[in-house]
Amino acid sequence: MTIQEIENQIIEEFSIFTDWLDKYEYIIELGKNVPVIEEGAKKEENLIKGCQSRVWLDCWQDDGKLFFAADSDAIITKGIISLLIRVYNGQRPKDILESDLSFIDAIGLQENLSPTRANGLVSMIKQIKMYALAFENK
Amino acid sequence: MNAIQDIRDRVPALAQTVYGKPLVYLDNAATAQKPVEVIELLNRMNSATNANVHRAMYRLSDEATNLYEGARERVREFINAPARENVIFTSGATASINLVASSFCAKYLKEGDSVIVTEDSHHSNIVPWQLACEKAGASLKVLPIDENGVWSAQDIIPLLDERVKIVAATHISNVLGIINPVKELIEIAHRYGVPVLVDGAQGIVHTRVDVQELDCDFYAFSAHKIYGETGSGILYGKEHWLEEMPPYMGGGDMVGTVTFAKTTYAPLPLKFEAGTPNFIGSAALKPALDFAWEISQGECGKAVKESESKIIAYMKGALAEIDGAVLYGESQNRIPLFSFNVEGCHPGDIAQILDKMGIAVRTGMLCAEPLMAHFGVTSMVRASFAPYNTLQEAEYFISGLKRAVAMLR
Repeated sequence: MTIQEIENQIIEEFSIFTDWLDKYEYIIELGKNVPVIEEGAKKEENLIKGCQSRVWLDCWQDDGKLFFAADSDAIITKGIISLLIRVYNGQRPKDILESDLSFIDAIGLQENLSPTRANGLVSMIKQIKMYALAFENK
Repeated sequence: MNAIQDIRDRVPALAQTVYGKPLVYLDNAATAQKPVEVIELLNRMNSATNANVHRAMYRLSDEATNLYEGARERVREFINAPARENVIFTSGATASINLVASSFCAKYLKEGDSVIVTEDSHHSNIVPWQLACEKAGASLKVLPIDENGVWSAQDIIPLLDERVKIVAATHISNVLGIINPVKELIEIAHRYGVPVLVDGAQGIVHTRVDVQELDCDFYAFSAHKIYGETGSGILYGKEHWLEEMPPYMGGGDMVGTVTFAKTTYAPLPLKFEAGTPNFIGSAALKPALDFAWEISQGECGKAVKESESKIIAYMKGALAEIDGAVLYGESQNRIPLFSFNVEGCHPGDIAQILDKMGIAVRTGMLCAEPLMAHFGVTSMVRASFAPYNTLQEAEYFISGLKRAVAMLR
């Protein structure tokens, strides 16, 4: 599936929630149930420092496609990260660089990307694109 | 209760809803909401009295100057400073502390000297002194707190020697909400001939500050935490220090005569007010302090005190009942400010869920990383109440917190 197709799928999944807290409940479930990174990969060089929560991100390439694993000590951040990984895993660097992650806005989580929240998510997306840029130029 | 509602009715921001829910604003230690009198003055000055102060000979400039100087007089009276010369307008408590750290230390802090700060300090009462110490080749000493977050004035005695040039103490910690024994600390420091700056960012809001009775050498606070405008603050200083200290910044308004050979400086307080000041924001301190004064007096003041003690008792009890909740700072002498953690829940997650219930709290290091380290955490949730917050809001907050914890665990 393309990035856009996966994003559309997520938007559809979230469309059933009318209440904010239900939406968060779902994200928290995602955060709890998806073991996104191995403990061994939670090393210092994979740590992205946000003001309020820590985020670890690991990335590798296989057959021209990128794969990610990540974690955070904040569970809502972790839930959103699991959505990001679902969108980006197995995509080509060029497509990742061109994506605009419109689903975050569409499902109403755009404030999580606001730099004032400083919750590590913004830095993580930046880091994903840096990886994509690095692999694209290889 | 009616008295509290009357106060609320004067503060328009409190009447709004967020995400369709009534706003419960519990981040007052960061910024307090403004009463209508402050908003009206800001509007009036922006639309009709926007002319530079202390300069021109025309009506608008006179009016702006009168409002600016009128606010200075109100501040003088509010903190019982001897004269207007003791009251310097700055851009906030941070700027006030930086002014002293830079100017005072330029003159008095030499290589091998030291500065003492209290462990419960905000970064704004740590970093300016570190910069000054680095510049002078001096060292920073810390008056430690105990496991309850309390420091004892007596404990400063072993730290005091002839090389200590100034003590910078927190009046009320922005993390622990504990009212510190600054008067006793000042007495002790003065016995050793050491002046004391008090960081009063929280203290000015929750205690009656009389700078002459305290006998502090400097007292710093911000306007926006006491119902005023952002970007405005006060440095109170004893006159002999302010006279002896060199200017902090050079420029307009702070000069006597300027030639390329030599410049003389304006008399106090303008000596420390270089450039066009935030005259509108600073003028708004008058209605802000009028409001703070009014709600602390008479029947209203009594109602506020009663409401605050109820909130404190309720919050302490309710937090103690939540499994795994830890409240930081334990003292009988406290303000309604509560920093805590709940085991198994990240503060950022708690705040995000509370936000969706209309509740505004602060999370993170609260600009006090050394305090976080003291308690072995990297982040806390802080709910800070103002006189206009009600017990019902505290109850709504606790029920929201319980729901958030249930979701997160």
